[in-house]
Amino acid sequence: MYQYDTFDHQLLADRVAEFSDQVDRRLTGALTEDQFRPLRLMNGLYLEMHAYMLRVAIPYGVLSSRQLRGLAAVARTWDKGYGHFTTRQNIQFNWPRLTDVPAILQALADVEMHAIQTSGACIRNVTIDPFAGVAGDEIADPRPWAEIIRQWSTLHPEFTFLPRKFKIAISGAIEDRAAVRFHDIGLRVIRNDAGDLGFRVWVGGGLGRTPRVARELRPFLPAAQILGYLEAALRVYNLHGRRDNKYKARIKILVDEIGIDAYRDQVEAEWHAAGGPALVVPEAEIARVADFFAVPDYVTLPDATVELARWRGADSGFDAWMGTNILTHRAPGYAAVTVSLKPVGGIPGDITADQMDAMADLADRYSLGELRATKEQNLVLPNVRQDQLHALWSALRSLGLETANKGRVTDIISCPGQDYCSLANARSIPMAQEISRRFADRRRLDTLGPITLNVSGCINACGHHHVGNIGLLGVDKRGAEAYQLVLGGDAGEADSSIAQITGRAMTAEEAVDAVEVTAAVYLDRRQDAETFIQTFRRIGVTPFKEAIDAAR
Amino acid sequence: MTQQIVTASRLADGRVLFRAPEGWSTDIHDALVFTPEEAAAAVTRAQGEPTRVVGAYAVDVDDAGLPLLGRERIRVFGPTVAPYAAQLEA
Repeated sequence: MYQYDTFDHQLLADRVAEFSDQVDRRLTGALTEDQFRPLRLMNGLYLEMHAYMLRVAIPYGVLSSRQLRGLAAVARTWDKGYGHFTTRQNIQFNWPRLTDVPAILQALADVEMHAIQTSGACIRNVTIDPFAGVAGDEIADPRPWAEIIRQWSTLHPEFTFLPRKFKIAISGAIEDRAAVRFHDIGLRVIRNDAGDLGFRVWVGGGLGRTPRVARELRPFLPAAQILGYLEAALRVYNLHGRRDNKYKARIKILVDEIGIDAYRDQVEAEWHAAGGPALVVPEAEIARVADFFAVPDYVTLPDATVELARWRGADSGFDAWMGTNILTHRAPGYAAVTVSLKPVGGIPGDITADQMDAMADLADRYSLGELRATKEQNLVLPNVRQDQLHALWSALRSLGLETANKGRVTDIISCPGQDYCSLANARSIPMAQEISRRFADRRRLDTLGPITLNVSGCINACGHHHVGNIGLLGVDKRGAEAYQLVLGGDAGEADSSIAQITGRAMTAEEAVDAVEVTAAVYLDRRQDAETFIQTFRRIGVTPFKEAIDAAR
Repeated sequence: MTQQIVTASRLADGRVLFRAPEGWSTDIHDALVFTPEEAAAAVTRAQGEPTRVVGAYAVDVDDAGLPLLGRERIRVFGPTVAPYAAQLEA
């Protein structure tokens, strides 16, 4: 993975010193809260319901064991012994003291981490496929491009005060695991007919109160031209994006208002005026960055077919876990493992400091010292030998991290909701916990098969409810929390869709019942081996609506 | 008759505070109950303590002095979910 150079270290050292001084000035009253607020937000520090919240960037979700130990130390020393992996491959701490934040940022800098651009109207952490570099279906590794974009966008002077936040995603595989069509800009790695590497560029996707599926900005952009092109795309947005109304300030609204063709014309004109195709990332620089992500020295191994079959036959828990939490690896004899942070009745994405330390040890022992954070709020061990999968699973079991539910209905994405977040209208976590308990039974999970279920506590949609096969949105109904059930969302590029509303908002209890009814309609109506989303697409929302209404 | 308390976040650590007879308290049982007019004045006075508190506002309460709205009750009593309860107040 990428290692900091002297510039990176100096940048963080300067930032820690600068923010420490700003905190001091705030505490003595030299800065007012109005002056300080944008400064703390630029350093990922929010003031939430009960305390400050610090959001730490995990660049494109890639994490070393050393960094995870660093995060564990932050949780243990300055927080309440846990952290929360977010829906954008970052981690949040819910209880830091303002007076401790300079020390926390220094501790993070010591392990090459920071909280810069995890908030505010700037380019946020780039999100990518958590299986980058190891997925069997990969066209090219998106990590070097994510790192190049990270370096370009970090403290980019032109894009520090955009109309609104700006999120970029890159997917390098056949299956889109980065939700590229639900980002401000989504980049899809492809090769053209000549075999050249490039990106299909999507623009104007997003969730929030105005969900949009991104439109195609360019069918093919040669990879080396990415920064010049992004700069033109951002410049047009920066110039024309609305600043009078924060709800209309995202690029999706600009694209809606002027149309994709007009936006594209302006981007192309801007790009060509600045140099166009001649503006390239130097080949030597691409090679230098790519070297950090070179294919590791995998041991030449056969697939461990016989041992795995024996272990699976002997242990139904291991068998279930192998059935859901393993992805085919590019290297024979290896596997990419998802470690679910969704135990039955647990809080999606929460992890204790002790579990973080233990996961770091497991990464060292079984996965070449590396982990990934996923937008589904799980962790990935990307490089596990198949003949060590059973040993790894046994170790995970002793930590309570062996839940076999990746991609199942209990692998719930959930924002912190009103238990923590100032913006929320309703609680999300208790809803996720209750659904997790209701569907905990192994046979039930397997019968229902792949389903995504996402919960947001407000219309800002941090819980990605718009793209859940099943989504729940918390709303405020005359001062009481209520939930709207939506169905049919899909985050993948090929079948991107926004979930449809099933009816009026319900109480929490009714909403959980409505999820049960939804599952029952699917099981009743599915044909052959149809997944939930396939059945939904065939029969539409009406049968679900009718059954939910009838049950109320 | 509408009754209110005044709450804010403590600057140094963001913890929830309530306007009490002697300054501010982290315990809602210490909170002074105001008329809306008195509460508005207390909110204004809080702006004179910028190095102590942030974001003061008034909250409607019932006869027991507890907030009427669910959101404000969560703010008073903390998250309704306690994953690692043993560690939470350690």
